Formats: sequence, C-alpha cells, structure tokens
Amino acid sequence: MTGATATGGPAGPPVSPQVDRAAVLAALGTVRDPELDQSLTELGFVAGLEIEGDTVRAHLRLPTYWCAPNFAYLMAADADTALRAVPGVTRAEVVLDDHFASDEITTGIAQRRSFQESFEGLADDELDELRALFRHKALVARQQRLVKALLDAGTTKEELGRLRLGDLPPSPELETYLQRRTELGLDVSPEAPLVVDTAGNPIPVELLEGHLRFARLTRVSIEGNAGFCRGMLATRYGLPNRETG
Amino acid sequence: MYEKDGEKYFVVDGHMHFWDASEENTKNKYGEGFIRCFYDYHKNLSPEEYVWPLEKYRKYDEATMMRDLFEDGYVDVAIFQPTYLTDFYHKGFNTTEQDAVIKEKYPDKFVLNTSFDPRLGEGGLEDFEAKVRKYNAKGVKLYTAEWHDDSKGWKLTDPWAVKYLDKCQELGVRNIHVHKGPTIWPLNRDSFDLADVDDAASTFPELNFIVEHVGLPRLEDMCWIGTQEPNVYGGLAVAMPFIHTRPKYFGQVVGELLYWLGEDRLTFASDYALWHPKWLVEMFVDYQYPDEFTEYPELTTNVKKKILGLNAARLYDLNVPEDMRVVEDQGTGPDVTEKPAIPQEATIGGHSE
Repeated sequence: MTGATATGGPAGPPVSPQVDRAAVLAALGTVRDPELDQSLTELGFVAGLEIEGDTVRAHLRLPTYWCAPNFAYLMAADADTALRAVPGVTRAEVVLDDHFASDEITTGIAQRRSFQESFEGLADDELDELRALFRHKALVARQQRLVKALLDAGTTKEELGRLRLGDLPPSPELETYLQRRTELGLDVSPEAPLVVDTAGNPIPVELLEGHLRFARLTRVSIEGNAGFCRGMLATRYGLPNRETG
Repeated sequence: MYEKDGEKYFVVDGHMHFWDASEENTKNKYGEGFIRCFYDYHKNLSPEEYVWPLEKYRKYDEATMMRDLFEDGYVDVAIFQPTYLTDFYHKGFNTTEQDAVIKEKYPDKFVLNTSFDPRLGEGGLEDFEAKVRKYNAKGVKLYTAEWHDDSKGWKLTDPWAVKYLDKCQELGVRNIHVHKGPTIWPLNRDSFDLADVDDAASTFPELNFIVEHVGLPRLEDMCWIGTQEPNVYGGLAVAMPFIHTRPKYFGQVVGELLYWLGEDRLTFASDYALWHPKWLVEMFVDYQYPDEFTEYPELTTNVKKKILGLNAARLYDLNVPEDMRVVEDQGTGPDVTEKPAIPQEATIGGHSE
C-alpha cells in the first residue's frame, strides 16, 4: 500500500496512515507499574502522546523526581514494547519526563540497551528478578482481595482452604487474580485450589491464619503505596486529587 | 506537653530537621529535585492552612522552628536527625554541626544525633568517633541512599558499615535510625528492602534500630523483621500525616504495626519542616479506627502516650514527669501476643536466605 492510496490524496511522497490514538492508549493500558500493580493509564503516568503517521512518541511522568529508576526503566521498556506492537506503528519513542535519570532511561530505551548497560557500574544484573518479586507480591494481594470478600460473606477459614477456583462466580477480581496466576505459570484450572502460596502450593490448614494475616499486610502496603503515588502525582502536576480512604 | 480530656501526653518529636535548601546553598539539579520533592510531600499531606510558600520551606529561621515545635506544636523534646547530602548542597542539607549550634542554645529541648558514611573508610571512622565524643551523641541517622561520588548508596551489611556499627557499640551510640531512600546499589534489586537492617539487628542485639518512615513503601518488610528482631523499632515520620488525608490507610498502617511490632516499639515524629507537629499531635490523640476495623489491637490512650513520647523517652533516657507516665501494659505486640506461624514463602521480598 502506498501513502497516496491510503490517504486518498494526490500522488507524492508516500504518507503513512495515521496510527489510531485509541489503540495506542489501549496498548499503554496493558503496561503496569510492577510495584503498584496498576496500569500506566489508570495511574495517570502517561503525560502525552504525539502521533505522526506511523510514528508514536509517548511521554511518561512519575509521582516524584526520585522514583526508583529500576521500576521506571521497566515501565518505559514495557511501554516501548507495547507501542511497537500496535498495528501500523513503525517507529516508537518513550520519553521519561522530569526524573533524575530521565536521560539514561530515555536514551537507554531508544537505543534498546539493556538496563545494566544503561546504568553502567550501578547494576549487576537485569531486572527479571525484581519483576518476579513484585509479581509474587501482587498475586498475594489479589488473592487477599478475593478471600476477604468471601470471609466477609461468611465463608469460614476451613471452607476457604477447600475452595477450588471453579467454585467462584466470575468477577473482575477473580479475572485479575487468574491473570496474575497465569503470568507466574501457576495452575488456573477450575480444580486448582484458590488459596495458594507464590509457588502455587496449597496452604496447610495450620498455616492458613498466618498466610492470611501476611497477605492482608501485603495488600495494605501495595494499595497504600498506590494511593500515595496518585496523591503525589496530583500534587506535582496540579491534577485533581481523586484519592480517597 | 499536650493535654486533652484530663490526660497529659509527653511529646518527643523523634525525627526533625533544621535544613538549608536555599538557592545559594543548592549545588545542582539533584539538590533542586530533592527539595522540590520534599515540598510536594509537604503540600500533598498537610492541611491547607499549614502549607508554606516554597521560599520559606527552602530555608526557615530558628525563631520559626522554636515556635512551631515548642510553643505551638506541644513538643517537649525534639531529636535532630542530620541529613548531609553534601553532593547536592554546598554546605550540606542539615548537618550535625549546624544542629549543634541550636542544641547549645537550648540544651534541654533537643537530642543531637549525628551520622556516618561507611564509604569514608578509616578516616571517616576517626572523624565519626571525634564527633560522637564532642557532641556526646547517643544516636545516628543513616541515609543509605545518599550519593557519594560515583556511588549511589550503601548497605548496613557492607564490611565498613559493620566497622562503624562496632564503633557505635563501643561508644554507647545505641540508637541507629535508618532511612531507606530509593536509589541504592545495585539498582536492579529492590532498593527499599530492609534485609540489611534485619541482618544488622541480629548482628548487634544491643543496638536499637529505628526504621524511619516505618519502612514505607515496604511496610510488609518492616513488620516481618519486627517479628524477627526485638531491637527493631518503627519511626512514624511520613506515616503520621496520612492521618489527615487518608485516615483509613493511617489506621491500617498503625493497626498492622501494633499487631506485628507492638505498642512499645513505635515512635512519633513530624519530620519537621515536612509537617507541623501541632496538627499531627492533635489529630492523633483524637484518632479512632473506622468502625469496620475489628482485627487490629486497640489504640487506647495509653498506647497513644507511648507512641507520642514515652517509647522515645525510654530509648534516649529522657526524664518524663511522673503524671505523664504509663504503668500498665496494653498487652499488644509480639512480646506478649502469640502470632500465628507464617509460611516461609509468604515473606517474599528482601528475605531470601
């Protein structure tokens, strides 16, 4: 396909069709802050989009100048990958605004350098382990959200220990929980136990109380951090502060 | 001292500053970024009537601080926690030497803590000893994310850090306040994790480790090591102001800490001039959990008294007037409450042995 036919204009230098803005935003909506377990678009981290034909530039922003550079790098790299997968995109650029490591991260992503190369001398490996660690935490918090609803509705702890995934009615909470299990390669069949550890093993009944208490703490921590980050972003950029609780 | 409904509260502000981030003292974009980030914290979490203009926030004077803490803010004793940041500010952000000038004028109002940086090696160790002797310091504030030349941070388990902690023990510097910041080597790991505090607290059982900001954003690490190490405390700076903007979350944080660490190991702080102690003290004394919180230990008047001042007074041997002491124990915390066994895998993050 040539640019001329795509745009219907007169013959001339080829012009690429305009990439769909909604598709770009949807792609960025699949990228999560690994620490907060929410998407970049939900969190307000996408500061702006510039779309010219087949070229997309996304600006990201974070709650503080000092946000941890490793998580920032993961998000920028994931955003870059997501943008490149949008139909029609041939060039993508992710720019991290207003951060102490803006230059290292923006340049590193543009040149498709590894994290370790981008922060030479400051990192001794890549970020896979860090990402896995926070996926585990997110799993525990997601599980707690489901379990809390069941306990509030009268399910006993003994019953909880016997519940299978297939026993639960469909819900958005169940869906994200299953998504986290899938990411970690854990069993998501209807016969699989609901309450498992981060390796997918069922929790012995004598450890269930401790597991649930610690899961509650993990959820309080992640949700609390997410609320604080939203507030700081709102303050930093003069946005309406929607956080509650 | 704060008095409400016939109860008297002895108030120790466990973490405060007298900083200089004026434009003249700011060395580079990192120093500028640092104070602006602090200012956003201040603006985001303070009640509107307590928000300062940026100019005042960058550098405030002695009279302002003395009035805010001791006349308006109910503080009996305030603990200076220095933060050097000499890579960001020409004369440092808030050094022991600057604090010492104030301490000398008001010896009964302040506890003067100092600091060390293990990356300064042998020479730094001698300077540290001289400083401790000169100021008779009983505590240090350590900022593990501080930049120093090419280094972006250090850990309490670094060999030189262990030598400095040995020196603390030798000199009677009992209280080690640890603040985790976001940038630390190696950058590919979770820089907020508290595993090194866990290790140091085991290695030095006679020292007290006060984790500032109760380990936020890693409350789960904080609580876990609190159950493992009896000499680990939670400093409530930064957690306190959530009482205004997010009272439910504040209740969850305090509730979890009371459950996992107990009422004797939490200390109040304003982090002045980040926040003003007046509203923090008033709101804390009035605070009640939301009704739906049924699982957390009770936040009674006696528990509040301990958190607001008595726990820090114990750590620093401060003299508390008789009518403000608490005799009976509320009975929360791992010392007295049996905790359920926790599956090892649950304690993910920073604890892989």
